[in-house]
Amino acid sequence: MNKKIRVQATINGEEFEFLCEPRQSLLEVLRETLGLTGAKEGCNNGNCGACNVILDGALVNSCLVLAVEIDGCNVTTIEGIATPQGLHPLQQKFIAHAALQCGFCTPGFIVASKALLDQIPNPSESEVRQWLAGNLCRCTGYDRIVRAVMDAAQSQEKTL
Amino acid sequence: MTTNLSVDEKKDVYGVIGKNPLRHDGTDKVTGRAQYGADIRLPGMLYGAMLRSPHAHARILSIDTSKAEAYSGVRAVVTAKDLPDVESKIAELGEGTINLLHQSNNVMAKDKVLYFGHAIAGVAAINAHVAEEAAALIKVEYEVLPPVLDVRKAMQHDSPILLDGMRTDELGKKGDYPSNIAAHYQAQVGDVEKGFQDAAVIVEREFFTSMVHQGYIEPQNATAQHNPDGQITIWCSTQGAFGVREQVAEILQIPISKIRVIPMEIGGGFGGKIGVYLEPVVVLLSRKSGHRPVKMTMSRSDVLAATGPTSGSYVKVKMGADANGMIAAAQAMLAYEAGAYPGSPVGAGMGVIFAPYRIENALIDGYDVLVNKPRTAAYRAPGGTNAAFACESVIDELSEKLGMDPFDFRLLNGAKEGDRRVDGPVYDRIGFLETLEAAKNSPHYRAQLEGPNRGRGVAGGFWFNYGGKSSASVSVNSDGTVSLLTGSVDIGGTRTSVAMQLAEGLGIPAESIRPVVADTDSVGYTEGTYGSRTTFATGWAVYEVGKQLKEKLLERAATIWETELDQIRFEHGIFLFDDKQMTFAELASRLDETGGPVVASAAVRPEQSGPAFAAHIVDVEVDPETGKVQILRYTAVQDAGKAIYPDYVESQMQGGVAQGVGWALNEEYLYDDQGRLVNSSLLDYRMPVALDLPMIDTILVEVPNPGHPYGVRGVGEVPIIPPPAALVNAIYRAMGVRMNILPATPARVVAELNKQKG
Amino acid sequence: MQVLDYVSAGNVKEVVGLLTSNNGRARILCGGTDLLVQLRENRRRAELLIDVKNIPELNSINYDNQIGLLLGAAASCHAICHNPFVLENYPGLVDAIHLIGGVQIQYRASVGGNLCNASPAADSIPALIVHEAGCIIVGSNGTREIPVEQFCIAPGKNVLQNGEFLLAIKVPVVKENFGAHYLRFIPRNEMDIAVVGAGASVTLDKAKQRILSARIALGAVAPTPLFVEEAGVFLAGKEINEKNIREAARIAQAAARPISDLRGTDEYRKHLCAVLTRRALEKAIERARAS
Repeated sequence: MNKKIRVQATINGEEFEFLCEPRQSLLEVLRETLGLTGAKEGCNNGNCGACNVILDGALVNSCLVLAVEIDGCNVTTIEGIATPQGLHPLQQKFIAHAALQCGFCTPGFIVASKALLDQIPNPSESEVRQWLAGNLCRCTGYDRIVRAVMDAAQSQEKTL
Repeated sequence: MTTNLSVDEKKDVYGVIGKNPLRHDGTDKVTGRAQYGADIRLPGMLYGAMLRSPHAHARILSIDTSKAEAYSGVRAVVTAKDLPDVESKIAELGEGTINLLHQSNNVMAKDKVLYFGHAIAGVAAINAHVAEEAAALIKVEYEVLPPVLDVRKAMQHDSPILLDGMRTDELGKKGDYPSNIAAHYQAQVGDVEKGFQDAAVIVEREFFTSMVHQGYIEPQNATAQHNPDGQITIWCSTQGAFGVREQVAEILQIPISKIRVIPMEIGGGFGGKIGVYLEPVVVLLSRKSGHRPVKMTMSRSDVLAATGPTSGSYVKVKMGADANGMIAAAQAMLAYEAGAYPGSPVGAGMGVIFAPYRIENALIDGYDVLVNKPRTAAYRAPGGTNAAFACESVIDELSEKLGMDPFDFRLLNGAKEGDRRVDGPVYDRIGFLETLEAAKNSPHYRAQLEGPNRGRGVAGGFWFNYGGKSSASVSVNSDGTVSLLTGSVDIGGTRTSVAMQLAEGLGIPAESIRPVVADTDSVGYTEGTYGSRTTFATGWAVYEVGKQLKEKLLERAATIWETELDQIRFEHGIFLFDDKQMTFAELASRLDETGGPVVASAAVRPEQSGPAFAAHIVDVEVDPETGKVQILRYTAVQDAGKAIYPDYVESQMQGGVAQGVGWALNEEYLYDDQGRLVNSSLLDYRMPVALDLPMIDTILVEVPNPGHPYGVRGVGEVPIIPPPAALVNAIYRAMGVRMNILPATPARVVAELNKQKG
Repeated sequence: MQVLDYVSAGNVKEVVGLLTSNNGRARILCGGTDLLVQLRENRRRAELLIDVKNIPELNSINYDNQIGLLLGAAASCHAICHNPFVLENYPGLVDAIHLIGGVQIQYRASVGGNLCNASPAADSIPALIVHEAGCIIVGSNGTREIPVEQFCIAPGKNVLQNGEFLLAIKVPVVKENFGAHYLRFIPRNEMDIAVVGAGASVTLDKAKQRILSARIALGAVAPTPLFVEEAGVFLAGKEINEKNIREAARIAQAAARPISDLRGTDEYRKHLCAVLTRRALEKAIERARAS
């Protein structure tokens, strides 16, 4: 039996406690141990962004974070983007702009875009493309994704 | 930004199709709730890993799995020994055929490994780490053989041979010596020799393309439960659950009635998830482990090394035109890498290569060639992009030599209804000329492109589109909604585009349809989501089912109003008789009192799938010192027949363009001289990122397909056909060099520029 | 992955102790963006991972206009590139550090990690070299400092001995009329490893017509990041003109010893050396003139 370490963390506002092996990535633990399968494995080496989560305010590839590293941390996954009041503007705009086809990269893009809008509330097209360069989409050609993000930024600005 | 140019007279008559309702699965997909294949968790589930070949070409002398079997946490190990012997038998498999013996050997290698990454053994264990560690303990003894890595070298007499039993199918006749050439096909019309003699201008060029991968973001996965009673359930991300069922049944020699395939949501396919890789292995592992469910997912490097990329190729094109620009003759030779087993899309390439043009004298030779690389699989219009890259580049050069605008040349020679394609079929009503006109008149083409090192390129494209078998069943719910079951996996919004066609027929909103993607036990046989067929063929199935539903509901209305059937009208979702009326929802609430549930089902196999044509325009700027190409502006024009779900049609176009851009500029498989894939990671298999592309403008042309009730033409594949040619044509106009190798990497561009200088 | 254990260290002494006692079986974990990938692919091994991200000295970014910049080895690229002192005084460093991966990598990866990973193509290293940066190494024998250009000794190998780890990177105060720039060539617009990287720094005379001193460093064209001392020596005292810039670029190109690999051929890399050195120098000079 490999050594397991106890980790406590806040994920999407809820307290979690779990055991994991040191070698398990945060992505693996989210998906296999905690049942939060929204973050996806696309490459397991930080090149596609499908596994994105927000860790203590930082946008990260959860495949490159070990689960043991999040002890005492705050994590937001795609499951934590919507609120009890409803979908986040980004989620609404992704649907409205048809910014997804197969939807596999979508959780990663939405988490990444949320992190973007938290930093830059009104990004230009090139700022959006630069920020999202670490998220691969093979279906859409990015056009509608960029439009959805900028539209979400606009609609958020209006409600502020 | 997008524009719609329709020649459809009925275009303003539709209530649902042609609009953009929110897709039914949108909320699940933006919240992470949608269940993809790797998301499944079952009680007692084991995790699988594969052992793969480190050699590109070798005989397997022995396999010793004992250490793996003894490793703590391992519950089962399987190899090709656990696969039953299958015959060398051909089966239909989406856009292509497969030989089931080869398919079986590809799943787990038997006597030989034929490419780096070829699967050899599967392990099931308590977690994926343990399975991987155990797989590494399997000892295989190899006799390493020289690898064959170049398609033309593979064709030579003295090449090492991959399959000892392979004899060339030489224009229908089997050859009598071992060869890597699986087949030589030919198509011809008229007299090319005479045609070239009559030509005023002739261009003849060679083209080289590299092996490229579909690049779906979701790796392959499969989970299987083999019950003690022999019933098998498979959950997987696939483009076609029925195809999986058939392949597993054949490979494992189990009746299809014992197999149920439940398609999960799928993270992209593009043709690469039609053939099975993991499914038979997890079934065997489940059985061997004592009937526990076993889940296996592929790593990204295994996806790149060992699934089904598309062919690298050598294509030679010679084309001649008279002084007025009419094509006098065209000739092509296409040699496509099949990979380890026969079945490259060279036949489709032969069909595509001159398809957009009316040519009286043509000769096309195609070769399907084995090399020590993964067995190729369909990749979005398989075989077409390689061919169009060559032809559209030659046409660009011809039109330049003739002093003609490249669209004018294509308009002069463009195929229309009644013209015959070189490989035989005669065109019905098609929209190539309309597409070209729209491109020529587009804001993009009319805009001036200024600045040094900048150029504009154009290219045309064609794809056959496929029909195929689809089934659908419906039942009416008492609240006026309709539950719709189809067997079409939804990769890009087709649940909704299909639901819209049902809604249109019933005069109710798209939101009133509840579309469900069903498993192989729950709906009639349906071919997979590929071939640009789903909105077309499954749409047709629901159209038929909608007609049946209408009939049955009219009967119910007749019962309620105590009148004859022919007295009742049905318009825009309302039943009308005399001065009485009932909405669809009102009638739906009264089914119980009029006879009980109303259900219907239909199965179709439409023939006239209606080819799609495209014309693309791209502006580039090239850095003359580094050779790097930046895309300034891109417009894709395409005939969609009838765009059922326009946002998603445009998205298909944009996605195809993006893949074509990657194919043209950066994507390639790099093998070392031992045949090992060196760039099996998304770091070095370079697909376009958001910063590499501008907004992609689209123009939809609608020349309805006479072979579909709503005029639908498939849209998914043709957009990947023009981009490489459009880009190299643009590079030529920017820098004066014609790139004939894909990808046209910065280093290759610099090399060409240096050749030009020196 | 063979990793069996993990500890989040609280202080420097603890780290040194663990490294020493584990005798090569333990590794430092910072951002993990290189290390975790390598461990999974069996390109590096570790039985124990020592996480240093919670040690204050490792994370600090301090600027003092007498001493210069002190970057804790675990400070993230994102933190460094958003630090107002760094942005103000070391734009040439920001050029490079800001290029390491996309946003997700930036939030985790550290410059210390980039240095210790010792990839010949590392983006931060040529930029650090042209800023005359130094490495502060701590071990069981105490602390030592070496110039950045001596830190990497082979592809993937650095000078750290058993029991030692990188504590911080020191960057001297920039002189008057100083300017620096780093750029790299990649085939896409983001997310690639440099095919060639070039860093240049210049210090100009008062009239800003002449180069008093210069440093040029190249990445991805030698087993380690390459400090091309001779190019700087050539430029010292030279007038700023195209001829001298091209000559410096030619010297840098001549010094490069690139290989052919999956990211580029030796020929193409040689070609790019001259192009990028020239462009880096031009921008460095422009910045020096504007300073």
